[in-house]
Amino acid sequence: MKAITRRTFLRAGGLATAAVVLDTAAPRVTLGQAPIKVGFPVPLTGPYGAEAADQQAAATLAVEEINGRGGVLGRKVELLVRDDQLKPGVGAQRTKELLENEKVDFVIGGLSAAVQMAINEQTKKAKVIYVSISQSNEITARPDWSPYTFHEAINPFITSHVVGSWAIQNLGKRIYVLYADYAFGQQLRDGIKLVAEKSGATVLGADPHPLGATDYSALFPRVQAAKPDVLVLANFGKDQLNSVKQAASFGLKSQMKLVCPVFLGTMRREGGPTVFDGVYGGTTFYWEIGEKIPTAKRFADAFRKKYDRPPYDYAGYAYSGTRLLLEAVQRAKTTEADKVIAALEGHTYDYYKGKQWIRKCDHQSFQDVYVLKSKKDQKAEHDIFDVVGRVEASEKFERSCKDLGHA
Amino acid sequence: MGRVGALIARHPIPAFFVVFAVFPFVVPYKALATQVLIYGLFALGFNLLYGYTGLLSFGHAAFFGLGAYGTGVTLARLGVTSVWAGLAAGLVLAAAGGALIGYLCLRRRGIYFAMLSLAFAQLLYFVGFHLSWITGGDDGLRGIPVLPVGLAGVRVSIETPLAFYYFVLVVVGAAVAVLKRILDSPFGAVLQAIRENTDRAAACGYDVTRVKLLSFVFSGAFAGLAGGLNALYLQVVPIDTLYWTTSGQVVMMALLGGAGTFFGPFVGAGVFLILEDVLSVFTESWPLVVGAIFMAFVRFLPRGIWGTVVGLEIMGGLDGPPKPPERSHTPRGTRGVARP
Amino acid sequence: MPFDAATLLSQLFTGLVLGTIYVLLALGLSLIFGLLTVVNFSHGSFYMLGAYLGFFVLGFTKNFWIALVVAPLLLGLLGLLTERWLVRPLYGRSIDDPLLLTFGLSLVLVEAARLVWGKMGLTFDPPAALAGAVNLGFTYFPAYRLFVIAATAVVVVALWLFLERTTLGLVIRAGTRDALIVRALGINLNLVWLLVFGIGCALAGLAGVLAAPMRGVYPEMGVTIVIESFVVVVVGGMGSLLGAIVAGLLIGEVVSLTTFFAPKMADIVVFLVMAVVLLVRPSGFFGEAGLME
Repeated sequence: MKAITRRTFLRAGGLATAAVVLDTAAPRVTLGQAPIKVGFPVPLTGPYGAEAADQQAAATLAVEEINGRGGVLGRKVELLVRDDQLKPGVGAQRTKELLENEKVDFVIGGLSAAVQMAINEQTKKAKVIYVSISQSNEITARPDWSPYTFHEAINPFITSHVVGSWAIQNLGKRIYVLYADYAFGQQLRDGIKLVAEKSGATVLGADPHPLGATDYSALFPRVQAAKPDVLVLANFGKDQLNSVKQAASFGLKSQMKLVCPVFLGTMRREGGPTVFDGVYGGTTFYWEIGEKIPTAKRFADAFRKKYDRPPYDYAGYAYSGTRLLLEAVQRAKTTEADKVIAALEGHTYDYYKGKQWIRKCDHQSFQDVYVLKSKKDQKAEHDIFDVVGRVEASEKFERSCKDLGHA
Repeated sequence: MGRVGALIARHPIPAFFVVFAVFPFVVPYKALATQVLIYGLFALGFNLLYGYTGLLSFGHAAFFGLGAYGTGVTLARLGVTSVWAGLAAGLVLAAAGGALIGYLCLRRRGIYFAMLSLAFAQLLYFVGFHLSWITGGDDGLRGIPVLPVGLAGVRVSIETPLAFYYFVLVVVGAAVAVLKRILDSPFGAVLQAIRENTDRAAACGYDVTRVKLLSFVFSGAFAGLAGGLNALYLQVVPIDTLYWTTSGQVVMMALLGGAGTFFGPFVGAGVFLILEDVLSVFTESWPLVVGAIFMAFVRFLPRGIWGTVVGLEIMGGLDGPPKPPERSHTPRGTRGVARP
Repeated sequence: MPFDAATLLSQLFTGLVLGTIYVLLALGLSLIFGLLTVVNFSHGSFYMLGAYLGFFVLGFTKNFWIALVVAPLLLGLLGLLTERWLVRPLYGRSIDDPLLLTFGLSLVLVEAARLVWGKMGLTFDPPAALAGAVNLGFTYFPAYRLFVIAATAVVVVALWLFLERTTLGLVIRAGTRDALIVRALGINLNLVWLLVFGIGCALAGLAGVLAAPMRGVYPEMGVTIVIESFVVVVVGGMGSLLGAIVAGLLIGEVVSLTTFFAPKMADIVVFLVMAVVLLVRPSGFFGEAGLME
């Protein structure tokens, strides 16, 4: 019900309604000034609706906090959420509508790499700043990258390097990779192979499975015959859950360690502690890191207070990306793209998990990555992981500016 | 109302241009109007095969996608700078795909046809998915430039939403005129004869399979042109352009509007897209509503919106008395009872 | 790549399990098509509902075996309702109309499942008795998957006995040959059609419950498998039950072996098989050419 009223309000409500409703929340804002509009396309429907709901919740939280402090440049911030249905065509269409109809100042959003690309093409042409908040290798590389493109999330290259090198150091040197046969899976596979080469580990085999495969059993005989120490499941979402589950039923977990480079809280909760027992994985945020990092605690508490559940990694990206952009506008003292870009490049910040910075050449955000292990004796609904490792942010885990095609 | 209807019936092409010239100013935003035109053309191509020839294709995403990739690759990868050449490349590729898939699907008739076209389109989807060095794979094809269009020797910019809309209107309008020519030709008459009674058409000496194949090629070409326009419009070609849900969408549009009617596809595309746009504001479950409406149409209004309107006005001329494709269905073995 | 008899044998075994689900789905599709000439596009949604209802009954009774029986029965009931109220009014109209209607129904059912059970999906644990792995000599194989093979075999034999040895089965077989004569003999064919549609949907539901502990339960689970099942039916020959069984198992093995030898081709191979069969033998393995066109 909450979602309906909010979206209806955003779509149907003109400027007048928006100003009135939001003004009651923050009396300090000057009336009459047009709000700063931020378009926010995410896949509310489709298989990643849960992650998208987290993205939306966190961005809303960030905007409310900022409006509560008086907005940006004395202006209200308005978040215009759209459903991209996880379809690039729809994402492009919704972004066009945001740019053409709503005349948004900025765009934040995207969950699938393909939708990010589709959004990016539109914002690039319109010369509007776009902060991408999900994994993609291409978005920071030429020719897809543009001066208006920023990337708050990490990418498959960084993920595979960080998680891969941690796994090689801590779990074993004989690696087998099963990857989803599309850009994301292939990039993770390439990353793992590269890390293995550098650190003297062996990749015994790397087999693809179709994206969205429902049955993984046909892949296992080869894996079992190779007898690896570590099996990396380079896939995402439902594929991750199904492959872990079926690997468990074929007894693979007793023969090797399982690693999911992007370990999703939603999938772990759906699968339960038994299925995921002993599985390792990487993430950029898990609420428990708040025990050591004050900003993380503040963010998790605020999120929990508002939504009665802790935030996960995709919520973190959305929260941080929104604040990153809006606070840059404040520093630039204008919404003009060129000046905001200047305020973002090279900027160092800490909104929810410790120090992060934006590299000047490619607009990639560098940040700590955590290694998790699924918890067996889960005590509460969201008490699902143990944090077993932290890898400090470093540009050495990413391709160089030159590799990415930036002069 | 009857007069207006009669006027539309007598001059369908001018009527089309008049309606769509003002259309962008009555819908919420211009990008939506552009989508209606593009999907209307797509549904028009589908309708040529289903509504006029009586072949239900559940694989039209293949031609829409071939057109999109043909145009997209030509402009983004091959360095061609003429929008027309790009569109032509997509159209030709889709027509060729229509010939190949048509040849394979026409090996079986009747209800097989729908399943086969669906399966071959899925095959093409997976091929496109894996050929990522051409298609961009799951990330989609990016970097399709917005080039100025050469019109009568002048290069016109189509960068603004409205300019782009009118560019699409010109192309789609031309396609509609071509379709009208085809339907009015002897070939068009044979198509409809096949729809009404395949055996009788064959008995009259027509090479039914060849005519069907040709209809498939034309249908593919129209769908491909729509795909090419969509590539220009989105500046990306997402891989799900080829996915079967795209086929399902065009089936729904054509049937909502009215299969076998001339303007039905545009009415259907408009209703479907505007319905989606409006409903998705109120509920995330909008596909449920759209699906239920579609079921109701199949059950109670098989002529679709336009078909029903035209049928009520009985104005003849434009569409004649519109009819959904009629290949009588009776459970096996009883067909002796149903019709002698 | 290590490649020996034991690995190959395990590969064939996994292929057998993949095949069983295809067999159950294709049997239902083919049965309905053979008698009613209806392509049930919502078959995949019934498969999905079978899994959800199985989960629901399991939660209610805590007993997998009850779920395994009750969920398909509920799906059969839903099938009866679908035939009576949605499909039957379309008899005598275009042959495509039932397909179009069930296509719409499939959209509605998937969306309804999202609405009722949420987008996240559910985990369906196999019964404790079948949770472990069994040593087959050449590999360890999940006990539950062996059970799926056995259960499918039982269902196939039961269906065969029903069609070959019972009076009702005789009527159904006669109905696929010449409904006019059957009707002339004073048999209420409407009732037979109703029943066959129900049986077909119950088989889809059974496939859903059986697949759930292996593949999980989520709203989109039936979306692509229905297309692959169409392929199985076309390859086996529309309306042929033997064809559905042979083609189902064949496709399962082909997918499994392709995954082993050329994993990149795994998703395409299903359709390639279909294209080849269509070029060489357009009516499928056991289809009668021209009978249902």
